[in-house]
Amino acid sequence: MSKSFDRTFVALTLLATVIIVAMLGIILGNIVYEGTARLSWEFLSAAPRDGMRAGGIFPAIYGTVLLVLLMSIAAVPFGVVVAIYFAEYARTESRLYRWTRMAINNLAGVPSIVFGLFGLGFFIQTIGRGIDQAFYSGRLLYCQPSLIWAAMTMALLTLPVVIITVEESLRSVPRDYREASLALGATRLQTIFKVVLPQAWSGVMTGAILAISRGAGEVAPVLFAGAAYFLPLLPTHPTHQFMHMGYHVYVLSTQSPDVEASKPILYSTVLVLLVLTFLLNVTAIIIRNRMRQWMNR
Amino acid sequence: MKPLGNRDFDSRRTGSSADEAVPPVRKRHSAPGNLKWRRLLDRIAEKTIFSFAMAAIAIIVLIFVYVGREALPLLWENSEGATVAATFSPPFTWQPVSGVPKYNVLPLLLGTFKVTLIAMLIATPLALAAALFTAEFAPPAAREWIKPAIELLAGIPSVVIGFFVLIVLASWLQAVFGFDFRLNALTAGIGLGLAVIPIIYTISEDALTAVPRSYREASLALGASKTQTAVQVVFPAAMPGIAAALVLGFGRAIGETMIVLLVSGNAATFSLSLADPVRTMSATVASELGEVVFGSGHYRILFFIGTLLFLITSVLNWLGDRFNRNLRARLFGSA
Repeated sequence: MSKSFDRTFVALTLLATVIIVAMLGIILGNIVYEGTARLSWEFLSAAPRDGMRAGGIFPAIYGTVLLVLLMSIAAVPFGVVVAIYFAEYARTESRLYRWTRMAINNLAGVPSIVFGLFGLGFFIQTIGRGIDQAFYSGRLLYCQPSLIWAAMTMALLTLPVVIITVEESLRSVPRDYREASLALGATRLQTIFKVVLPQAWSGVMTGAILAISRGAGEVAPVLFAGAAYFLPLLPTHPTHQFMHMGYHVYVLSTQSPDVEASKPILYSTVLVLLVLTFLLNVTAIIIRNRMRQWMNR
Repeated sequence: MKPLGNRDFDSRRTGSSADEAVPPVRKRHSAPGNLKWRRLLDRIAEKTIFSFAMAAIAIIVLIFVYVGREALPLLWENSEGATVAATFSPPFTWQPVSGVPKYNVLPLLLGTFKVTLIAMLIATPLALAAALFTAEFAPPAAREWIKPAIELLAGIPSVVIGFFVLIVLASWLQAVFGFDFRLNALTAGIGLGLAVIPIIYTISEDALTAVPRSYREASLALGASKTQTAVQVVFPAAMPGIAAALVLGFGRAIGETMIVLLVSGNAATFSLSLADPVRTMSATVASELGEVVFGSGHYRILFFIGTLLFLITSVLNWLGDRFNRNLRARLFGSA
């Protein structure tokens, strides 16, 4: 009696697992199956033609990569420095540390759309307007949605991810290493850069990759921060607008004049976006597992 | 300096005492006067790192303050009927761009909670059962790949999930349930559920695996079956972590934007039916902020909605954090 109940219960939990994995499989299978039909070199390297029904998505790939690059340049070094402060200098029992840690944890869970609001109101309307008035005598240049402000907004969004992952990996470096280094007469700075950081390197990489993959997939913050549906030219200046893969998918699937005709392109765009974020995620997971094995040894 | 008390170690003090204790012996390659210079550099670096950290904190505070500040004038201004009072008083309609704009956010709140609730009802049993299976019943070899696989689901950008639900799943659901509207609350809830499942799964699985092996051994030694052990010993022991998983999943669902923007139908209806299109708070901000005039009443109302989202998710995150700390305190005796 109880044995059969046991077996049913285990079977049910197995069923739930199978359902989840199957859903993942269906989503991926559907996208890969429909997406590869259209995928070609031209698709990756050409601009869209005929009202998005032909050609490729090169400008969207370019825009996404550029955005993510600018975002990482802003978020990763800044995040690493803050993490160093938290892990190496701050007193964990101090009120400042506890409150800041809580704020950062919280920021990691704030909806991305709120960052979009902040980006528009603060970066574009406040900072951008300020720059225009101070240096360009009020000519409209920085006070409009653009690559630079989208990258800044994204950087803020991914900053908590970087800080949390890097701090964790810095803390996982045994205290003996620091003590040994300090006892040998190294300064704290030398200890951090020559002993702690090299040990925590994989954690820093994981943080950066997770941030980048999150940045590549997020759309909500760039909706009004500078993503454009179609641009004839590639962005060459921080104040230019840019095309973005996620935004492309969103606009094309909601506002396309002919959904059936643009469906193949849409599927291939989704596939490219998916492959990009997955490669980043898988790299992060592999690095993390390596790190765990290394630590358990 | 205060005595150390019961803190056995403080890296800051050890750091400075190590500095003072540097012996006069110099390495061969270090030039004379090097030590002084290194100490100066060390001090400058510490100050620089400190100011970077303070800048980060300032930015965080700025986000907290700024989004709310943009909504604040609603309390005393009244441009085109946009006031805080108007967001909660009748008529219960959201029509920000009409002759007489109506800014009642209750349809949006209702829509948000309706969709979120559906998502949670779908995601919770699936994710918790899968977490139990992975942590308690699965053979180790299977465990190795189930967790990364479900975590991959978390790595799918939400716009891709939204796209899949919009193009494929919505039609299937309509065929099965015979909806009048292809895009409705249930479709959005299911799409959102897909995004929430990996979050609830990962956090609760972590909590279950954190339960010490001795708990299981004690239970099994007393003659309990594996299922009894899992349900009556391990699961209750991991309860705070499970609660954290649910709360954080809920927070994610409330703020998620792209999925609901694509598949909810985006009509601000004041209805409880699952088959009606809905509009959530996040989708409202996402679809209307692009066309709004800077500083207008509508603009402020959208920031007000953003502030609400911010506050709700902050409370949920804070709760989740506390639950997680309770779990650690319970299992390991210290937070």
